[in-house]
Amino acid sequence: MSTDLPVLTPKDFTSDQDVRWCPRCGDYSILAQMKKVLPTLGIPREKFVFVSGIGCSSRFPYYVNTYGFHSIHGRAPAIATAIKMARRDMQVWVITGDGDALSIGGNHLLHVIRRNVDLKVILFNNQIYGLTKGQYSPTSPLGKKTKSTPMGSVDHPANPLSVVLGCEATFVARSVDVDIKHLTYVLERAAHHKGTAFVEIYQDCNVFNTGAFEFATDKATKSNNVIYLEHGKPLIFADGKKGIRINEASRPEVVNLDGTIKEDDLLFHDEKLTEPSLAFTLARMRHPEFPEPMGIFRAVEKTTYDEVCDDQIKAAVAAKGPGDLNELLNRGDTWMVS
Amino acid sequence: MSAVIDNAPAGKRRESVETVVVRFCGDSGDGMQLVGTQMTNSSAAFGNDVCTFPDFPAEIRAPVGTLAGVSGFQLCFSNHDIFTPGDEVDTLVAMNPAALRANVGDLKRGGTLIVNEDNFGKQDVAKANYTQNPLETDVISAFRVHKVPMTRLTRDAVAGLGLSTKEADRCKNFFSLGLVYWLYERDMKVTEDYLKHQFAKKPEILEANLRALRAGYNYGFSTESFTVHYQVDPAKLPAGKYRKMTGNEATAIGLVAAAKLAGRSLYFAGYPITPASDILHELSTHKNFGIRTFQAEDEIAACAAAVGAAYAGELAVTASSGPGICLKGEAMGLGVMTELPLVIIDVQRGGPSTGLPTKTEQADLLLAMFGRNGESPMPVIAAASPGDCFYMVQEAMRIAVEFMTPVLFLTDGYIANGAEPWRIPDLSELHKIEVKHPTAVNSEKGYLPYLRDPEKRARPWARIGTPGLEHRIGGLEKSDGTGHINYSPPNHEHMVRTRAKKVANIANYIPEQTVIGPDSGDLLVLSWGGTYGAVRSATRDAQEAGKSVAHAHLRYLNPFPKNLGEMLKRYEKVLIPELNMGQLLTLIRYKFLVDARGLNKIKGKPFLVSEVAAALDTILTQPLSELPTHLSTGAGRSEDLGEAGG
Ligand code: SF4
Repeated sequence: MSTDLPVLTPKDFTSDQDVRWCPRCGDYSILAQMKKVLPTLGIPREKFVFVSGIGCSSRFPYYVNTYGFHSIHGRAPAIATAIKMARRDMQVWVITGDGDALSIGGNHLLHVIRRNVDLKVILFNNQIYGLTKGQYSPTSPLGKKTKSTPMGSVDHPANPLSVVLGCEATFVARSVDVDIKHLTYVLERAAHHKGTAFVEIYQDCNVFNTGAFEFATDKATKSNNVIYLEHGKPLIFADGKKGIRINEASRPEVVNLDGTIKEDDLLFHDEKLTEPSLAFTLARMRHPEFPEPMGIFRAVEKTTYDEVCDDQIKAAVAAKGPGDLNELLNRGDTWMVS
Repeated sequence: MSAVIDNAPAGKRRESVETVVVRFCGDSGDGMQLVGTQMTNSSAAFGNDVCTFPDFPAEIRAPVGTLAGVSGFQLCFSNHDIFTPGDEVDTLVAMNPAALRANVGDLKRGGTLIVNEDNFGKQDVAKANYTQNPLETDVISAFRVHKVPMTRLTRDAVAGLGLSTKEADRCKNFFSLGLVYWLYERDMKVTEDYLKHQFAKKPEILEANLRALRAGYNYGFSTESFTVHYQVDPAKLPAGKYRKMTGNEATAIGLVAAAKLAGRSLYFAGYPITPASDILHELSTHKNFGIRTFQAEDEIAACAAAVGAAYAGELAVTASSGPGICLKGEAMGLGVMTELPLVIIDVQRGGPSTGLPTKTEQADLLLAMFGRNGESPMPVIAAASPGDCFYMVQEAMRIAVEFMTPVLFLTDGYIANGAEPWRIPDLSELHKIEVKHPTAVNSEKGYLPYLRDPEKRARPWARIGTPGLEHRIGGLEKSDGTGHINYSPPNHEHMVRTRAKKVANIANYIPEQTVIGPDSGDLLVLSWGGTYGAVRSATRDAQEAGKSVAHAHLRYLNPFPKNLGEMLKRYEKVLIPELNMGQLLTLIRYKFLVDARGLNKIKGKPFLVSEVAAALDTILTQPLSELPTHLSTGAGRSEDLGEAGG
């Protein structure tokens, strides 16, 4: 990193636009943590670009004083892919929501992840359509009563992390909007990952779905309901009283650390496993049966799409020389007419 | 016109002819496109003017020997300049009964029919829905018929090379080509070189195809069945160096040229679709020009990616055909709203829905004009011929960059797959597109992304990554200048009108419309896109016959050239031939209040010159009051209304 970069602060990343989310929306906290992380990355401000789709979360780029593109519903991954392919000098962030990424943009999410384009995809999951005023989303629980499902939703919800792990995502993480320190850490890790970094953030929609993630935010119950993943460490929660073990049926189970079961008997987290089964097992641990894991599920290295595209261009130039237009026009069988 | 010029030593007559139309047809697995292309290359290299019409089925491998699987390749070569692949076929090569059935109606009376008689067994005949072997009926009585046992002769020719029967039979297309080469005195070198290159690693296959080719040639030379062969002299085309060019090739190479001359990199995003995929294929082989090609997950992503690349500062392009263009509509609208330069290519095909994927049509003009939500004006331009795609796609890019707007570039299946000799331009003849990216703020208030150039109304194109010019854009309505979100009623009206004026004003920066023929008179024939050749031929004939007919061919469809309205009024009547229900006609009538009439054909096929000529006669001889708004071409001679008519 060059040393003569100006020292940036969160204020440098604040745009001149008034933030227009509802009061106490979870998005505010995410924006604040993002503005804390960006100046620490050693990247000049102009080298960031935020791309979003449509939805409450997708207003995000307007509030960050970098390059930004508030695009159309679901398509941000495609737009961001092109930006990164063309401009590998930029750090590209995609800001999306549960409807944007998993419903209308489901196809693009699948493909950006399998390609492993070097992007940071941040999914604000509030389990509701907020901007359109409260319809159920692809992550809303079965039976959820909303404006469009007065008798309860009949859709089985999608699990964002299972979806992206199914596409062999190289970086998969989860955090919660109000868990400031943890969120900062996760965003930082995502920023440093080379490849598609996918982060799901549990975000409270204060107006249409408040309390959806109370189990993970309420101080009184939180320690029983979430488990913090740490690379190389056993899975322990409930203030050290409980842990997760893999049972004889190869399924995770909650055990009491009451002396008969020791830490060594527990499941140890390894975010670097190339095989995604452990991450998948963790992603499938859902409240209330299990504490829900927070942190980095998976962080592995793989070539990135943009990098290999670039390599192919370099290889083509090395093999054929830089393109010669005159030669191209005159290629093939030619003849003279006089 | 023909004349006997000598008697060849083998007792064969040699005739000189001006223009010849040959069509090869067979099963889609018979390699007809390949031999048609070879004959095109040989004829072009010899110096004839050439025009081709490949016609293939939508199914990659329909059941063998059926009408659904018939694939054809027609080429016309001439000793003078030609504009179409010809109305009537002089020599038809039919490899099986289905091919015969689907094509024999286009063969001129007295024309040469060459069939592979080995493929006319009972079952083959039945598969073509013939009740009797057509070689024994009236079906072929009007032609000079050559029943050639091509399968057997090809097997004999390749005997001893250790090929399986299947491999041996695959060479019979080259046998047929060799025979036609003899018939038209074509030099086999171009094809021999092609085979040597293609099968360099498979010496037996190379040898087999070479033998089949020569066996076909020798068959014509030595058998009594063929008594005449024909000579077509080179054409007198404008001086220069030539190559053969298809429309899709020309589009792709035109894009490479645009980027190279502008000193910028090209970003192309596409999704496989007939008949546009060849543009993606071609561009992906030119990575050494720094071209980035992206085969996206769908059409939507491809257009969205092009928008993203434009924001990143690239020359951005996406291409598709009608169904894909529908899907791209929303992202095109984003391009209009964010005022980013990109080129969207629509290689039109028959619709609606999946329609006729491999057949041509011009029915996306109104889609191009209006197919987006809201007031979403976009420049639309169209190429006239395969080679013209090279220039017009560069023009599309120039307009996009100069005016900061998405531009729709229309071609069609006919010119995309068709080929013509193309004069290779000198680099100095090509126009360089000036790309400007600001590097400093443009106002006291900082960088204003929508502060417009007062003349062209284009906004500045700051390249992301430029320090100090950080800004946000998006699909929401915005204030002019700052680009800040603004929903106020007067602002919206201002912005809608500004975007519309910007596009309308492009009329001041494109060439005025020209006519071929008289400046005023009885009839103006107004055409656009791939119908140029047929309309040009028909109007030229009418002019030579002394009729008061002029031809104007539009390349700029939105905005129209600014002299167009006034030009239309200088003629008594206006005829607009189109391969659709009258889309340009609709635009012209509403825009200029001219009582123009349409000639409309919606058969998935280009106009025949004779069809246009007949319409010219009709409109010239009858009073407008007695003519309908839309003239039609009627039922063509070869049309078989049965299903799977090829
Ligand atoms: S509707 Fe919900 S998600 Fe949207 S801004 Fe308001 S609180 Fe936030």
